[in-house]
Amino acid sequence: MPDEPAVKFTRREMLIAGAVSVTASGLPCAVAAADALSTPATPAPVNAEVTFRVNGRDRTLTLDTRTTLLDALREHLQLTGTKKGCDHGQCGACTVIADGRRINACLSLAVMHQGGSITTIEGLGTPDALHRMQRAFVERDGYQCGYCTPGQICSAVAVLDEIDAGIPSHVSADLSAAPQPTPDELRERMSGNLCRCGAYSNILEAITDVAKERT
Amino acid sequence: MKFDTPATTNPIDRLRVVGKPTDRIDGPLKTTGRAPYAYERHDVAPDAVYGYVVGATIAKGRIRSIDTHAARAAPGVLAVVTADNAGRLGKGKHNTARLLGGPQIEHYHQAIALVVAETFEQARAAAALVRVDYVRAHGRYDLARGKDAAVEPKSDPDTGAGDFDAAYAAAAVRLDATYTTPDQSHAMMEPHASIAAWNGDRLTLWTSNQMIHWSKQDMAMTLGIAEDKVRLDSPYIGGGFGGKLFLRADALLAALGARAVRRPVKVALQRPLIFNNTTHRPATIQRLRIGCRQDGTIEAIAHESWSGDLPGGSPEVATQQSRWLYAGPHRKTALRLATLDLPEGNAMRAPGEAPGMLALEVAMDEMAEKLGIDPVEFRVLNDTQVDPEKPERPFSRRSLVECLRTGAERFGWQRRAARPAQVREGRWWIGLGMAAAYRNNLVMTSGARVRLDRRGIVTVETDMTDIGTGSYTIIAQTAAEMMGVPLERVVVRLGDSNFPVSAGSGGQWGANSSTAGVYAACTKLREAVARRLDLDPDAATFEDGIVRAGDRRIALAEAAQDAELVAEDRIEFGDLAERYRQATFGAHFVEVGVDAWTAEIRVRRMLAVCAAGRILNPKSARSQVIGAMTMGVGGALMEELAIDRRFGFFVNHDLAGYEVPVHADIPYQDVVFLDETDPISSPMKAKGVGELGICGVGAAVANAIHNAVGVRVRDYPITLDKLIAQIPRIDK
Amino acid sequence: MRAFTYERASSPAQAAEKAARTPGARFIAGGTNLLDLMKLEIETPTHLIDVNGLELDRIEDAGDGGLRIGALVRNTDLAAHPRVRRDYAVLARALLSGASGQLRNRATTAGNLLQRTRCPYFYDTAQPCNKRLPGSGCAALQGVSRQHAVIGVGDACIATHPSDMAVAMRLLDATVETVRPDGTTRRIAIADVHRLPGDRPQVETVLAPGELVTAVVLPAPLGGRHVYRKVRDRASYAFALVSVAAVVQRDGSGRVALGGVAPKPWRVEAAESELPRSAGAVTERLLAGARPTAHNAFKLTLVERTLGAVLAEAGAQA
Repeated sequence: MPDEPAVKFTRREMLIAGAVSVTASGLPCAVAAADALSTPATPAPVNAEVTFRVNGRDRTLTLDTRTTLLDALREHLQLTGTKKGCDHGQCGACTVIADGRRINACLSLAVMHQGGSITTIEGLGTPDALHRMQRAFVERDGYQCGYCTPGQICSAVAVLDEIDAGIPSHVSADLSAAPQPTPDELRERMSGNLCRCGAYSNILEAITDVAKERT
Repeated sequence: MKFDTPATTNPIDRLRVVGKPTDRIDGPLKTTGRAPYAYERHDVAPDAVYGYVVGATIAKGRIRSIDTHAARAAPGVLAVVTADNAGRLGKGKHNTARLLGGPQIEHYHQAIALVVAETFEQARAAAALVRVDYVRAHGRYDLARGKDAAVEPKSDPDTGAGDFDAAYAAAAVRLDATYTTPDQSHAMMEPHASIAAWNGDRLTLWTSNQMIHWSKQDMAMTLGIAEDKVRLDSPYIGGGFGGKLFLRADALLAALGARAVRRPVKVALQRPLIFNNTTHRPATIQRLRIGCRQDGTIEAIAHESWSGDLPGGSPEVATQQSRWLYAGPHRKTALRLATLDLPEGNAMRAPGEAPGMLALEVAMDEMAEKLGIDPVEFRVLNDTQVDPEKPERPFSRRSLVECLRTGAERFGWQRRAARPAQVREGRWWIGLGMAAAYRNNLVMTSGARVRLDRRGIVTVETDMTDIGTGSYTIIAQTAAEMMGVPLERVVVRLGDSNFPVSAGSGGQWGANSSTAGVYAACTKLREAVARRLDLDPDAATFEDGIVRAGDRRIALAEAAQDAELVAEDRIEFGDLAERYRQATFGAHFVEVGVDAWTAEIRVRRMLAVCAAGRILNPKSARSQVIGAMTMGVGGALMEELAIDRRFGFFVNHDLAGYEVPVHADIPYQDVVFLDETDPISSPMKAKGVGELGICGVGAAVANAIHNAVGVRVRDYPITLDKLIAQIPRIDK
Repeated sequence: MRAFTYERASSPAQAAEKAARTPGARFIAGGTNLLDLMKLEIETPTHLIDVNGLELDRIEDAGDGGLRIGALVRNTDLAAHPRVRRDYAVLARALLSGASGQLRNRATTAGNLLQRTRCPYFYDTAQPCNKRLPGSGCAALQGVSRQHAVIGVGDACIATHPSDMAVAMRLLDATVETVRPDGTTRRIAIADVHRLPGDRPQVETVLAPGELVTAVVLPAPLGGRHVYRKVRDRASYAFALVSVAAVVQRDGSGRVALGGVAPKPWRVEAAESELPRSAGAVTERLLAGARPTAHNAFKLTLVERTLGAVLAEAGAQA
């Protein structure tokens, strides 16, 4: 048959693939031969206590060590403004500001933030008292479905601070000059926040509005 | 309300609220993270436990055995749902493959199990312990190879007029070109997600879905229960683009999991699963033949398209626009559908036109070049005001030429060098390209309920959804306009299947149809108000919170002092869509730079001019268009689900591998809406724009690349590897 | 993700000793690569040693005009450091072209060096992959391989090393400092840190079990024009199809290293003598013996063109 895979799954390889799923792999998707392997021991969850400050308030949680900062916020503190778009650091929807820096909350364990300070979208403003960046996003329609929006806004707030701090970017023509919030600089710096609705052009205008007021 | 004669003057025409670039009313909630999406409903399901989906790891075959012992014994695990224990399941009307596979496997990452545990971490770890023994079957994964066996789909027979073959053979100038477009993924930012809870035999599903009624029906059908036992609630949806039109595995598995553990269960499809588990836009092979007279008049035009889908699936209707966009007495279109065992193909933003225009509008560019006619002029020359297949049927409103002319003027089209590879700025070759935009205007029955309370607050309830389109806002604007109250006095509640059935969000019909439904309900409410206030309903006007008739002026809220007034109606469309061809039109203009060394392509400027009837909210409508343009850039330059043709799956199944545009890819985008209304379309005189913006933009990018470097790539996406060996070198 | 115990390390030597003696232990610093892989159970540590508190986050003069970069210096901080911007611009540029602002804020110097490949077959645990599961085969060889390596590959694996930073460090002849479980330290030339796959693609570096990277040392500055050019389909937040790092002196001599084409940062010192001649001549020697697939053969042309662009840019700066 012409369409047969060039890498053939022989019976033996099926067993190996099975071993992948049971001993080394990860799945969403487990391939295994049922008779090949004994049931592995499944280690019990390990819990640890962690205390950090979230939006100005000290929070102490006892968490499975596997809990990401993202899931600690969303599932344990019910701060669902921080979004899970991919859970693998590929979209930026989970962007929060940790100890003054924007990070992807999905690729950080909660226990690694012991003693740290986290600002989420909920900590920036409320519907009745919007943060300047939040108001700019509303005015410029810098969002559509709204799912990437909290991450975009947290990122945007941090980006302006990064520019103020003189941190260069990939598009900075002169590495030693103080970077400016030009459209190209903002686009490059915001590129870790995907927006599939395609609000980029409006988001840029929103950030630019805020940047102009700061100078 | 039946809409079967063209609209005349009505309260919407006052445009005191409608037509204004109002900020979205849901903006403060969305920008502060307070808008709750499906997975986030701690308010209604505080005790929900977690489901994690296991996907099949073969594309076709069957499960010989599935061993869930280890998973079930893992810490925190409450249940493992598989086809073995899920009970008898049907299949939804809108699904091609089953949402829970086993023993038969129909595609890669088809869901085969749900592991439910007390925590997310436990469910995820246990899911890795499910062991499956498969028997692989031979599958078909290559459209090019399946092309010859493809058949004419019953749903979409060939169309035509005149004698294409003869006219084409006799034409003075001929073009015969084949284009390919790849499989693409919606890649919306919010994964498909649901929380399910059973109360006795009643199921509530908080979910993320574009078409509430379809999915309610399909959930009932799949579970084999009565439709009235199912409730869906979907107030916020983190993007869909067609990927959330249907009931998907997250919803079904959450329901099955919740039934098994007798607690609410929440399920979000893991991102690496989404690309193969859910639907995608199918790849196409398209052949265009155009025959012209020397003067550029089209005599003959044929568009054929091949696509594939699972058995029982449907074709990508990529030839659709070619029936209506340009004149020409001799024409035909043909779709052919091959059977493939790849994941399920289905609608993605502007199904049909989005890939179809990628071929047609490049063919038009190629033909213009052959003829030595400017591409804008070539299109103007071949405009038609009637359906070319049925000349007795006029377009309701067609401003294509005005879009083209306006765009050319605004973009500085006259500065384009007709000969390619003439303009360079430093290391960049610069090119300009354009394409027409075309998308059918569909109308759908849509209902709404409107309430007036004693405070004078108007509340609209409809199962319409807002997937980022701005439905909340334009519905509020419509109700405010109709009832003569400021926007702040209107509350809009969407996405609940307990509300009247709406058009839903798809096919860019949502804005026009759903607001027309609200118009109908408000018309009834106005009658009820007038009756309650003892005013002549035909004479009463509603403005500034006051109802006026003759010399009487009464506060609107008065009508509800004793009891809330409630009115419900729906808009039903008559045969105007048959009597008139309805569509939306536009023109896209794009400037690109192609790196003279590396052939990297970057878009530098974009303009869309749109003619889409009344624009209900220019701010949110503009966002729809720029968003579609952005997705169009992705389709032209980077998006492709890469198929492993041995194993039958999309290899790049995450957001790192499947590249969509980022901020740095998108320049400032200019959008112009022509000032027009279309009274044939609905009482709102509006049409859709959400898909128009993607139709043609990729072709404009492709044409600009050709203009920049003189290389014609007919195989999307146009990536640097397809250009680099052919672009003119500047170092030799 | 498997359950794991977690501890915060108290010193580099303690961390190394503990890691060597604890089966299934892994260090975690930024976590941006490890957690990604743990979620998919491609990595399955049962014990995590958090090294973030080890105060390896300083950048200091190395004495001989060079620079010692602590293993835990975040990518953002390294790129923004005044001396890196002034004296090692190619490194700053490489760092800034990688990942996103969020990731660079977490990702560390050592973690970046040791990151694993982005081959989609490595990431899909249902597929054969000799790197993930030795002996299971390489699905990429005859599969989808547009992103894959063209040189330094073997029949067992054609995955690339995805780092940008490491390419610049290779160009600069950096030295990696480590502490071993027995408390001794050693210095490894960057060229020797990463292994080619051969028939054991699962072994990616020469580091011993438990050995902890503590610093990367850059020698005294080279001067010259520094260029890092990364070529990719989308304009940002994507791995390189090809990248070229170069330092070019006024007389046309210099150094060049490549990313996106090999299982490790790719540099062939012998090729650099051709720099004054032409990009084509350099490329010919850099990629001698290349074994591209049908999907990625374009990279051979792309390297030459990109190098041409880099040399033109360096020339224009001069």
